[in-house]
Amino acid sequence: MNDWIAVCQLKDIPTLGARRVQREQGPEVALFRTEEDEVFALVDRCPHKGGPLSQGIVFGRQVACPLHNWVISLESGLARAPDEGCAARFAVKVDGGIVMLDAQELRTLGIERAVA
Amino acid sequence: MKNDAHELARPRLVVVGNGMAGVRAVEELLAIAPQMYDITIFGAEPHPNYNRILLSPVLAGEQTLEQIILNPLSWYAQQGITLHKGSKVVQIDRAKRTVRADDGTEAAYDRLLLATGSSPLILPVPGKELKGVIAYRDIADTEAMIEAASRLRRAVVIGGGLLGLEAANGLKQRGMDVSVVHIMPWLMERQLDQAAGRLLQESLERRGIRFLLGAQTQALVPDGDGRVAAVQFQGGSTIAADLVVMAAGIRPNTELAEKAGLLVNRGIVVNDTLQTVTDPRIYAVGECAAHRGIAYGLVAPLFEQGKVCATHLAHFGIGRYGGSATSTKLKVTGIDLFSAGTFMGGGDSEDIVMSDPYGGVYKKLVLKDDKLIGACLYGDTVDGSWYFKLIREGRNVADIRDKLMFGESNIGDVGHEGHNRAAAMADAAEVCGCNGVSKGAICRAIKDKGLFTLDDVRKHTKASASCGSCTGLVEQLLMFTAGGDYSAAPTRKAMCGCTDHSHQEVRDAIRTHHWLAIAEVHAGMNWRSSNGCSSCRPAINYYLLSTWPKEAQDDPQSRFVNERSHANIQKDGSYSVVPRMWGGETTADELRRIANAVDKFKIPTVKVTGGQRIDLLGVKKEDLPAVWSEIGMPSGHAYAKALRTVKTCVGSQWCRFGTQDSTQMGKDLERALWRMYAPHKVKLAVSGCPRNCAEAGIKDVGVIGVDSGWEIYVAGNGGIKTEVAQFLVKVKTPEEVLECSGAFLQLYREEGWYLERTVHYVSRVGLDHVKHKIVDEPAGRKALWERLQFSLDGEPDPWFEFEKARLDLRQFQALAGHRILEAAT
Repeated sequence: MNDWIAVCQLKDIPTLGARRVQREQGPEVALFRTEEDEVFALVDRCPHKGGPLSQGIVFGRQVACPLHNWVISLESGLARAPDEGCAARFAVKVDGGIVMLDAQELRTLGIERAVA
Repeated sequence: MKNDAHELARPRLVVVGNGMAGVRAVEELLAIAPQMYDITIFGAEPHPNYNRILLSPVLAGEQTLEQIILNPLSWYAQQGITLHKGSKVVQIDRAKRTVRADDGTEAAYDRLLLATGSSPLILPVPGKELKGVIAYRDIADTEAMIEAASRLRRAVVIGGGLLGLEAANGLKQRGMDVSVVHIMPWLMERQLDQAAGRLLQESLERRGIRFLLGAQTQALVPDGDGRVAAVQFQGGSTIAADLVVMAAGIRPNTELAEKAGLLVNRGIVVNDTLQTVTDPRIYAVGECAAHRGIAYGLVAPLFEQGKVCATHLAHFGIGRYGGSATSTKLKVTGIDLFSAGTFMGGGDSEDIVMSDPYGGVYKKLVLKDDKLIGACLYGDTVDGSWYFKLIREGRNVADIRDKLMFGESNIGDVGHEGHNRAAAMADAAEVCGCNGVSKGAICRAIKDKGLFTLDDVRKHTKASASCGSCTGLVEQLLMFTAGGDYSAAPTRKAMCGCTDHSHQEVRDAIRTHHWLAIAEVHAGMNWRSSNGCSSCRPAINYYLLSTWPKEAQDDPQSRFVNERSHANIQKDGSYSVVPRMWGGETTADELRRIANAVDKFKIPTVKVTGGQRIDLLGVKKEDLPAVWSEIGMPSGHAYAKALRTVKTCVGSQWCRFGTQDSTQMGKDLERALWRMYAPHKVKLAVSGCPRNCAEAGIKDVGVIGVDSGWEIYVAGNGGIKTEVAQFLVKVKTPEEVLECSGAFLQLYREEGWYLERTVHYVSRVGLDHVKHKIVDEPAGRKALWERLQFSLDGEPDPWFEFEKARLDLRQFQALAGHRILEAAT
């Protein structure tokens, strides 16, 4: 069972853009909104050099990291081949325009990936 | 994996030919439409697909057969491809749509791809069927030659072209006594001129290979046992031979197609989608195909054909093959040779020649109508790719004619210690200084991952992917390791993977159709992706804004983070803030406010920049608006593809040498031009006398005061490629400086391609074009200057006019990842 927490409304995320979600500990979580209003969440750290993915350009279901232009899949968190790496992925629920993340995942996922 | 119900419904693709062209087309098809066809491949040889180009290194003992396998048998299995190897297709039944092989195997097809390649030309001379006479074409021939070399002594190679010389070199390496017989007066006459051919011959002679030029073979003389014993020439002279290798050319394998009634003329005749003109269900690619009368024998065109053929098979219907420009490199270790275009010269063309026979370097460039039309290089080929690019683009080279011979890489490249011969570099030596990639790492990646193109190498290793100045070296490594650079050689480059259109075509279409939104461009030009990518969206956004100022609306989500946050992102995700200091002048009050901001926001680093202003580094994103407000100075746009700084010297106000008030001129220029977005960053400088303390010679626009007025220089660059600015015009008054500088920058804004610096823009269009527009046509210059002023009029300062600058302030706030919104919802 998921323990959903509302973090914002869909309209709070720019289309083809992102917002950052702060957690009690660990790196922030990036919330992405595609042109079709799908919402995805990844830890806000590129698997390459820790760049903030939330600041990248969103296209299709992908985001280009602002530091070195690695392209990360919003669905899987995987870097586009031939680059190799994966950003932790968070479950997202959108219901009635409210965007929700799982409290358990927010507490535990992607914590160890913190870049000092 | 396999879905049987699905499988039954799939159309059947049969490929005749298991070589590089056919399998490449299949790979391209699998990449874009993996499950579309049920695929069967027939191959006459008993091997999986291998790199035919590397047979020469195998013959020379530098590589093994295992190393040149491109697709192991496991690959066919993984892809679910049925492979019939050692099975030569002998009949196509176009009515029943089946093919039949010599071993009785049959297969039915919905689409058929012919990639039957070519065969060596066997000279029609008596004795051609004797034992010990072989052609050089495939693995079996190579193995026969290796075997012969172990027990026979004297080899004669007939043919002094690419293949013949590689065979001769290989046999020599294996210890044979080798002579090359060539009917023409010099070697590789189709790729080299006489001087380069001579150098090549000398170099091979030093390795112990003998040459008989201008010699026409008349017969092969047998010994008593039906083995070849000698080669006899016209005129009666002979040389002894235990082994004769025929390498006098190739001819396309078209018998199968001819028997099936397909039109054949120098090859199987195909259209721009690689379908045979006779039967649209049947495609042909590679050496067996004739496209617009040409059957290509090099690999790059075959790969381009494979790509187009695959898109058509996948029903994409987007790709068209328009023919290929080709270049040649020889694969004999230690010999660097390159030729492209019309390199013979003569007639109404002009040659520029550099010849150093002792040093083993020869370069010839052929120009016609101020364009480079051919190049022939021997000994130093690092600039081959640059020349090839100039030939393909057909651009006017009059303005760089004096520098042309010294090559792109000798004009001040940095980052790879001036190396120009990849073969001579140690494995640990750094090739790409931007990304720290060594020669060894590149070679390993090419071998282990089976890379073929420059693009592949860039993707996998990042070598030459940043500034690109080591591109020539990487291409050399590709040549040595994979046997050549098979990069597609289109005459114009697509903007990105989302489209086949070039930057220029997109610019033109935006103007012609009066498009104002990115979506209109995508729809009007059939973009392949629904909302572009991180490469094309910022470019289109810029083109819209620069073409239709005050009409097109900026899309912040199509800008890089720096231009969205109006600050420079740093490696740790923090930002830097650079306030504008007009002409590099500041006041006690400004410095006090900056100091206060540093204290208040605990900004860790304060640095003076090269552009005469102050950089505050390590600012947290959430603090940005407050820092801007605390400092109270305009945005310095240090983060943008826009006007950065106008650097000035002290000038006549204080300096005892100053002839003009350069500081005031600089301030006026900066106030007139700030907030100006451009294809790339733009830097200016103004010096008050020719001592040029503001370093105006390496700026996009450099202004130098002299006693009688101002000299204006353009298209300088202090970056990757240090480039001295070129003189544009001399004027008398500060007003003229403003108008000329502004008009030049507006021309660049209207004609430049996104991410093209002024140095690259001017080198593309030519300085003459710029002079014509700015110096020769006063009315046009005035109009450009007015258009720039119109564009900049009322543009917001993004650090203060948030709404007008469409700055989304939400980006500075993080959302809370714990329960606080509960009540609100």
